[in-house]
Amino acid sequence: MPTRCSDSGRFRIRAAVPKGRLRAFIVRKMSAHKKNVGEAKTEPPGYRRPAPGTQPPYLHPAYASTRKRAPTQPLILLPHTLSEITGPVFGHGAVRAEDADLTKQHDGEPLGERIIVTGRVADEDGRAVANALVEIWQCNAAGRYRHQNDTHDAPLDPNFSGAGRVMTDVEGRYRFVTVKPGAYPWRNHHNAWRPAHIHLSLFGRAFVTRLVTQMYFPGDPLLPHDPIFNGTADEKARNRLVAQFDWDSTAPEHALGYRFDIVLRGRDATPMEK
Amino acid sequence: MSASATASQTVGPFFRIGLEPLYLADLAPTAAAKKKINFHGRVLDGDAQPVSDAILEIWQANADGRYLHPDDLRESPRDGFTGFGRVPTDAQGRFQFSTVKPGRVAGPNGKAQAPHLVVAIFMRGLLIHLLTRVYFPGDPANADDPILQLVPAARRATLIANAADGGLEWNVILQGEHETVFFDY
Repeated sequence: MPTRCSDSGRFRIRAAVPKGRLRAFIVRKMSAHKKNVGEAKTEPPGYRRPAPGTQPPYLHPAYASTRKRAPTQPLILLPHTLSEITGPVFGHGAVRAEDADLTKQHDGEPLGERIIVTGRVADEDGRAVANALVEIWQCNAAGRYRHQNDTHDAPLDPNFSGAGRVMTDVEGRYRFVTVKPGAYPWRNHHNAWRPAHIHLSLFGRAFVTRLVTQMYFPGDPLLPHDPIFNGTADEKARNRLVAQFDWDSTAPEHALGYRFDIVLRGRDATPMEK
Repeated sequence: MSASATASQTVGPFFRIGLEPLYLADLAPTAAAKKKINFHGRVLDGDAQPVSDAILEIWQANADGRYLHPDDLRESPRDGFTGFGRVPTDAQGRFQFSTVKPGRVAGPNGKAQAPHLVVAIFMRGLLIHLLTRVYFPGDPANADDPILQLVPAARRATLIANAADGGLEWNVILQGEHETVFFDY
C-alpha cells in the first residue's frame, strides 16, 4: 500500500508533496476567485434538486440491506446555506501519478483483462468540473476484494490492491488504468451475483454535490437482475451508470477503453435568498 | 448538455479499500488542547443493532465561522483548518473524531445559524448517502437556528449532541422512535 502521512492540519497527503505548497495552491486559487466576484453582496446560489426518479430511494426492498437502514420518518427539506454550498477543496498534491494506474502498484502485473477508463466530469449545465478528486475501488479480475470481510471463494491477486485516485484536469477529464473486475456472489437473494462494477467517489465543488456511484460494463447479463443497479427508477439515468466501449481511448496492442462520463449537480439559477 | 446528475450507488461493504487514504479523525490537530472537543457515538440500525460498516464525513466552518472554500466570500481562514473529516465505524458501530467548535455562519435570509457540523453518512444499504447535522448542547443560538426551526420540536434533540465522558456524544439512529433527523438536500 502507498505510504501516507497524517500529522498536520491538512488532508492526508502523500509525503512527497510539501503541505505548504498544497495550502498555497488552495489559497491562491481562492483569492483569484474572490477578486473575480468582487464586492458581491449576495451569497452564491445553491444547487439543483434531483428530478424525480433520477436518484435511487432510501428504501428499495429488493435490496435487502435498505430495509433496516432506510429512514422511516419524513426527511426535512434543507435550504442550501453556506454550509452546504461549500465543501473540502483538494489540491493536485493529494494524488500521485501512480495512483491512477492500478496495474502498476506492485512488483508484477495483476491478472485479468487490462482496461483504460476515461471520462469527463461536468455539472448539469455541461460545465467542466476541474480539479475534482475521484477515488476508485474495486474487486480483482476474479471477483474478490482485498478486504478482510470478503469471504468469496476466489483468489486474491498479490499484484492488485484495487484502489486508485485521480484528479480531473481543467476540462474535467480523468483517466485511470485497471483490470476489469469480476462478478461476485452476494447474499441478497438466492443465487444473487453483482454485475462487474467499479466504485467511484467524487468531491465536486460543494458538500451537496458529493457523489458515490458505481460504473458498470456494457452487455453485462447480470444488470437486469441487480437490485442496486435497478434501484434508480428512471431508465435513462440508470443506463448512464453503464460505461461505453470506446475506440478513442482503446490503446492498440495494450488495453480496451471504456468511457464513463459523470454529471454532478448544477447550480440553481437564482442566488440564495439573503 | 443537460443530463441530470449521475445516480448515486451504495459504497457497499468494502469502501475502506478506496476511502481509507483520506480517513481523518482529528480535524484540528494544531488547535490548543483546551479548544478540542472529542465526539463519539454509535450508528444503530432498525433493529438497534450496531452498523459496523458505516462511514461518516464531517464538514464544518472554523472557530471564526469561516469555510476554507471559494464560495465563502469573506477572507479565507488562515489557521490551517480545512473543515473536513472522515471516520468509519468499528465492529460495535462506534465512531469518534475530534475538532473545534465552529463559529456561526450565515443562513437563509442572512440570519445567523447556530454552530453546527454537517455530516454525510454512507453505508451498505444506503443507495444514496444521508445528510444530517450536529449542534452543540447548551448553545443559546440553538433556540433560533433557522434550520433547527424547520425540524418538528419533538425531533430536534436528535441533532444536538450530549455532554458525556468529557466530550460530546451524538448517535445516529437510522430508524424508529428516536430516529435521527435526516435532511432532503
